Amino acid sequence: MTRRVAVTGVGVVAPGGTSRKEFWDLLTEGRTATRAITLFDAAGFRSRIAAECDFDPIAAGLSDEQARTLDRAAQFALVAAREAVGDAGGLGFAAPERLGVSLGSAVGCTMGLEQNYVAVSGRGRHWLVDADAAVPELYHHLVPSSMAAEVAWEVGAEGPVKLVSTGCTSGLDAVGHGARLIADGQADVVLAGATDAPISPISVACFDAIRATSPSNDDPEHASRPFDRRRNGFVLGEGSAVLVLEDAATARARGAHVYCEVAGFAHRGNAYHMTGLRPDGAEMAEAIRVALAEARIDPSAVDYVNAHGSGTKQNDRHETAAVKTSLGPRAYEIPMSSIKSMIGHSLGAIGAIEVVACALSMEHGVVPPTANLHEPDPDCDLDYVPLHAREQRSDVVLSVGSGFGGFQTAMVLAAPGRAG
Amino acid sequence: MSAVVTGIGVVAPNGIGHEAYWSATLAGVSGVGPIERFDASGYRCCLGGEVDDAAIAGVPGRLAAQTDRWTQLGLAGTELALADAGLDPSTVDDYRLAVITASSSGGNEFGQREIERLWAHSPEHVSAYQSIAWFYAATTGQVAIRHGMRGPCGVVVAEQAGGLEALSDARRALDSGAVAVVTGGTEAPLSPYALVCQATSGRLTDAADPADAYRPFAADANGHVPGEGGAMLIVEQAGRAAAPYGTIRGYANTFDPRPGSGRPPSLVRAIRLALQAAHVTSEEIDVVFADAAGVPELDRIESDALRAVFGPHGVPVTAPKTMTGRLYAGGASLDVATALLSLRHQIIPPTIGPAPDPRYELDLVLREPRPATLRNALVLARGYGGFNSAMVLGAAPGNTDGAARSDGPHRTDD
Repeated sequence: MTRRVAVTGVGVVAPGGTSRKEFWDLLTEGRTATRAITLFDAAGFRSRIAAECDFDPIAAGLSDEQARTLDRAAQFALVAAREAVGDAGGLGFAAPERLGVSLGSAVGCTMGLEQNYVAVSGRGRHWLVDADAAVPELYHHLVPSSMAAEVAWEVGAEGPVKLVSTGCTSGLDAVGHGARLIADGQADVVLAGATDAPISPISVACFDAIRATSPSNDDPEHASRPFDRRRNGFVLGEGSAVLVLEDAATARARGAHVYCEVAGFAHRGNAYHMTGLRPDGAEMAEAIRVALAEARIDPSAVDYVNAHGSGTKQNDRHETAAVKTSLGPRAYEIPMSSIKSMIGHSLGAIGAIEVVACALSMEHGVVPPTANLHEPDPDCDLDYVPLHAREQRSDVVLSVGSGFGGFQTAMVLAAPGRAG
Repeated sequence: MSAVVTGIGVVAPNGIGHEAYWSATLAGVSGVGPIERFDASGYRCCLGGEVDDAAIAGVPGRLAAQTDRWTQLGLAGTELALADAGLDPSTVDDYRLAVITASSSGGNEFGQREIERLWAHSPEHVSAYQSIAWFYAATTGQVAIRHGMRGPCGVVVAEQAGGLEALSDARRALDSGAVAVVTGGTEAPLSPYALVCQATSGRLTDAADPADAYRPFAADANGHVPGEGGAMLIVEQAGRAAAPYGTIRGYANTFDPRPGSGRPPSLVRAIRLALQAAHVTSEEIDVVFADAAGVPELDRIESDALRAVFGPHGVPVTAPKTMTGRLYAGGASLDVATALLSLRHQIIPPTIGPAPDPRYELDLVLREPRPATLRNALVLARGYGGFNSAMVLGAAPGNTDGAARSDGPHRTDD
């Protein structure tokens, strides 16, 4: 990257807490926010558990109109963006023309689309749906770019605005693309993050259909068990995270607090299978290699790996192999944890939420744990930081993601001045 | 480093493959008609630009079962584009082959069918493929798998502006080491639910006569016709292909301020930034492929921007999308294909429909194609909500030789 990119503000809406403080408390205490689904009646579904946000749009500061017309995912993004902007001390220093947005989402406004479909189709009875029953904001639900537009309006951005939708790597990719807008000089400040609110019947059903989600309905608190031999699928989550990214030189000049720098980013496709992963993790390893090369950081300097750790057997083995390939023998000494064990898998949003977790980990000198990891899979033999957070200063953090469609992404975050 | 387009795969309502599409476009043949995929006669907008099913006949049944029509159109367009480029992906290091597509609304028909099965029946009736067919990343994923492409894989969403954004990201991928990128976009927005969703934007025409329904820049413009399809493109570093279509010279995008903020729209800034990025002056742009929204307020903003940059009647402007309808993520990709064909053949394809409102002071290329010396084309695209994108494409060396105008070309090279 040509210009360095600093993270100067973070905002989070996540299961277990709608602020970065509550989020961080949950992670460091190793608590889980997975529970029986309350957002709809899940009787009849195979997986009836999820990590839900206790989110009241009005209490979170949105207007009546926003609460009524915006999809839940868009509401999450607005609230996370506001917190991030506040954390950065406001954006008054940024010219609107040089302010951009890069928002990720895997499934967009599916909740709004499904709810409205039910209304216009008479609960699925009419293929030729009733146009007269459609609400005026329905087009916003059809095109998820509307969510990036909402965030842009919220912060007054008139520079490059984009929505990135690469499935479950959307969040990491959106932060990466946002950083590139700054590195390449197209913007000076970018609100970058992701949002998803997929806890609705159709999303739960489509993961049921391929048995990707955990059926541990009797024990939701312990259902998300990445790297544990008894794991049986991921637990669906929801939420949003937004970061304020800025040109590092400008951030320094204005005396901004800098969490870390986005030092490297690479993404690859596995060209293998829409939902399957090659056991050797070759493409993720390649993404890690390229991201570290971009950061000019040696693999041996990585202090912490934030895992994709979704809690499926193929994923856990895939990324364990990828990390061993890319980081070499030192992989065994580097803590690697999955916060999905606590807040579930919020599809496209989770990558951005994990970047915030990494930024807070560097800020506080604490590595979050992998909850529910009691009996490691014998094929997963790295240090997954079981159960308890660990005090550790980290200057270089690697965050990885993997998703349907074959997408593999790696991001390197570094303490200011640490990247080459 | 110069990024060139070496292959074009068109799947458009008025032609499959760029030869058929280009002939139809020059002849003013429209692909817009009454929607036939379902009975749309009860809807206010009942017209569409539909792609002949022959376009997707080559998609294997196994793949067709797990994909929406939008992805099938993307797979078909990719095959055409690769063949056109003479590029065999198996001859290139997989990590240097990238796939970056635009999508605006994902797998509409597939998604509607599965939600219907869920609500009319039960969760067990939902297809095992719903999770990989409905989401916006399906086309990129399937194209990458089908052709063994393991380089950077991306998906951008910016409604109609997304196609240009994808091309810009493709060029960025070349800068970071990719050798070739499959890019562009397609869309399949003609399912009942997607059409009803679009209607709430207030931008669909309710006209019944296909010949006159989508009339951008007309004084009585009243919205657009939706269409399906688009174009896939192969973008490569200059050098391999002997005769590329043209060069991606510059790109910029901006976002409009919140409505009611009192701040001016920013399309004109996108145009100026794109020219600056391309290192060309407005005098070096010989044709503009307009966004042509067909909504009076948006047409006024676009013509104001063109007048500010090029002067009144200052540059030939065209909107061949009047023959296809607006294809959303496929639209700007198809406009890029059309602009490249225009640069290659040194002729501007026409806009069909009525004459523009004289207040716009546009030199709209109407009804008949216009031969001209074309060095650079400007393609504009706007996405619902305020997305503005502008891209400058340059003619390949040699294409402007012996062209119509006597004062000769003034080529500038990157």
